[in-house]
Formats: sequence, C-alpha cells, structure tokens
Amino acid sequence: MTVQTRIIFAICYIILAPFVIGLLDGFDRKVSARMQGRKGPSVLQPFYDLKKLFEKEFLTANKAQLFMVKSYLCFILLSGVLFFAGFDLLMVVFSLSTAAMFLVLASTSTHSPYSSQGTHRELVQMMACEPMELLVAVGFYLAMGTFKVSEIAVNSKLGVMYLPGFLVGFIFILTIKFRKSPFDISTSHHAHQEVIKGVTAEMVGKEYAYVTLAEWYENAILYGIIGLFFINSNPLSIIGVVVAILCVWFLEILIDNTSARVKWQLMLKLAWGVTIVAAGMNLFLLEMIKG
Amino acid sequence: MSTIHKSPWLLHYDGSSCNGCDIEVLACTTPVYDVERFGVINTGNPMHADIFLITGGINSQNASVVKQIYDQMPEPKVVIAVGTCACTGGIFKECYNILGGADTVIPVDIYVPGCAARPESIIDGVVKGIGLFKEKAAALEAKQKAQ
Repeated sequence: MTVQTRIIFAICYIILAPFVIGLLDGFDRKVSARMQGRKGPSVLQPFYDLKKLFEKEFLTANKAQLFMVKSYLCFILLSGVLFFAGFDLLMVVFSLSTAAMFLVLASTSTHSPYSSQGTHRELVQMMACEPMELLVAVGFYLAMGTFKVSEIAVNSKLGVMYLPGFLVGFIFILTIKFRKSPFDISTSHHAHQEVIKGVTAEMVGKEYAYVTLAEWYENAILYGIIGLFFINSNPLSIIGVVVAILCVWFLEILIDNTSARVKWQLMLKLAWGVTIVAAGMNLFLLEMIKG
Repeated sequence: MSTIHKSPWLLHYDGSSCNGCDIEVLACTTPVYDVERFGVINTGNPMHADIFLITGGINSQNASVVKQIYDQMPEPKVVIAVGTCACTGGIFKECYNILGGADTVIPVDIYVPGCAARPESIIDGVVKGIGLFKEKAAALEAKQKAQ
C-alpha cells in the first residue's frame, strides 16, 4: 500500500463514514418501525437530529466535559484512520479503548447520579467487549501471519474460513457496541430510556451531537472489521463484504426488536461465555492446524 | 435553516393527573398514531428534550420539580399543557394542594384541552408547537448573533 493510497482511504473514511452510517441508521429506524407495524421517520432523520443538536443552546455543569467529548471523537477518528489506511489492527483496538476512556471521563466529569450509573454500566460493557476485540486481532495474526490491515485485506486466504468462531463472537459483542437491546444498559441507541440515557445523560446540544458523530465513526470501524473477515485478494470479494455487512446490520436490528434488556451480570456472563467458547475453540483449532 | 422542527424530542411529565391524559400521550407513540414519523422521540432526559409536555395540574409538591425540569431544558423549547387539568387545574382545581394549571409555574405555549385529551388533539398540539419552533429558533439565532 503506497502512502498516497493510505491518505486517500483515510480521507474517504473521514468524509464518507458519517454519511454511510447515518443513512444506515436512518434505514435502521425505518426497518425497526416496519417491524413494529409503524410507518417510521424519514431515512434522513438521523441527519436532522444531528443538525438540530448542533443548533441547540449549550448548557454544561463542567466545561471540561466538552474537551473530553471532543477527545473521544478525535481518538475514534484516529482509530478509523489507522484501520482504513491499513495500519496495525492491534493499534486500532488499543486506540478504540483509549477513546472509550475519554467517554467515561466525560460522563463522570459532572456529578449526575444518572450519568454515574450509566458510566458504571459502560465500564462493565467495556469489560464484556474488550477480550473479544483483542482476540479478533490475535485471530487475524494467527490465520494471516500479520496484524497489518493492508496485508490482511489482500491476503489470498479468506478470513471467515479460518476464523468462523471469532466472527460469531465479534457479531455477539457488536450488539453491545451498537448499544442495542438486549445489551443497551449504559445508554440506548433508540429512544428507549435506561437510567435517563446513562452516559449521555448530561450531554447537551453539541456535546451529544459529537458523541453521536463519534458513534457513527466507531460503527464504521466495526463494520470494517466484519468486512475484513470476508475480503481477500480477489476483487469480487468486495461483493461478499457488502452482503456480509448488510446481513450483520439486519441481524442486529432483528435482535434489537425481538429481545428485552438483560441485567449487566447476564450480559457479562454471556459475552465472556461466547468469547471463551466460540473464539477459544477457534483459537484451539487454528493452533492444531498449524501444528 | 434550522432543522429543529424536523426532530422535536418530547419530554412527558405527569403532574397530578388521573393518568387518563398520560395514557393518551403514550397512545400517540403506538402504531395507530405513530408520532415518530414526524421525527418525534419520547425522551426521558430534559437535557435532550425540545418539547415539554405536561399532563395534570400543579400541586405544592411538584411545582419545584416542574420548574427545575423546565430550567434544565436547553433553548429553543416549547411547553405544551395537555388536558384540562394541565390547562386550568380542571376537576382538582379547588383541592387544598392544587395551585392550578401548568402556567402557574412556567410559561406555557400551547394549551390542548380535553378530559382526557384525544391523541389526535395531542398530535395537533405538538404540530402547532413544531410551528412555534421556527420562530423560537430564529429568535435564539438573533440573540446569539447579538452577543
């Protein structure tokens, strides 16, 4: 991968990701509404919401919060640039964790009980997701012999053939990462209320807009990782990537609309259980094949 | 051009209501009336809300709560009093603890009468409130420019 290609991919990510994920979000609300027998809002609704949030008056209990929120967005952007420009997958995972810490700092910087409660739950969610995220990077290394996204993407091997368990585990934690039911315990993707919006309870106007934007950028990375399982040196594999991403997107909406929220204890047990069984078995088999 | 009229998020607060109007407010979000098609979201957080929807009268205990919720909402915001009790105090008006309608503690923009208010009239009130947003957003913009 030349420097120019890396720069082009990074710029494309920064410009296109919010539009693509925002639109997917709009269709998500439309499909969810249809599943519930409603008409639903326009597919452009997430963009109207975002623009409105930027126009609202800005109130805050602690001015440092805005700085933390902006740092959260910056670190998510950094992770995305690292990923789409083809750098180290492990670095992407670490950078995402750093970003998540800024979100936690932002929500604890005001002393709202709702925000604190949401933060505690956010930390539990991070604890549930992080092992699987790290293991995905390890899995790609064992299967492809490299952590570099640019080399994994043009490898002759198809990731999903070697890492099906990792894919299952990763799709499982995506429900937590997307803040969808049954794991929307720290804050919720939709309007459903859980501890008055949890981590984002004290984020007003443009702050909430930055958090929404950061989530869109993060979702782009997560969909990108799903794509990484289905891409190889064959250019036609791009079709597989798009189909796989759309299937995962639909599956997440289906899970969201057919399940009730669980307690954090069960979420942690399930997430770690799936990680150990699916990714652990896969890891074991990979080691066996490699001898 | 402001888009606030395209995504008005609601905050519903029940004063001393008999719950009749509250059930009708919730009915608005069900598949039959589906207010989400106008971009309306029923949020529980005053800091994310644009429209403050009050049902029931104001009593001596909830007056400070209503005032605080109103103060926590960022501008531009619209207040809608739903049902006779929220408009005037209604059937509970003469009770020893009732101060009156929602306008006894905060400024109300739209009054939706009815006992209980029909979902159709609540949606009408919300749409009128959305109309008000354009004026309020323009006023806020002018104020911000002046500062």
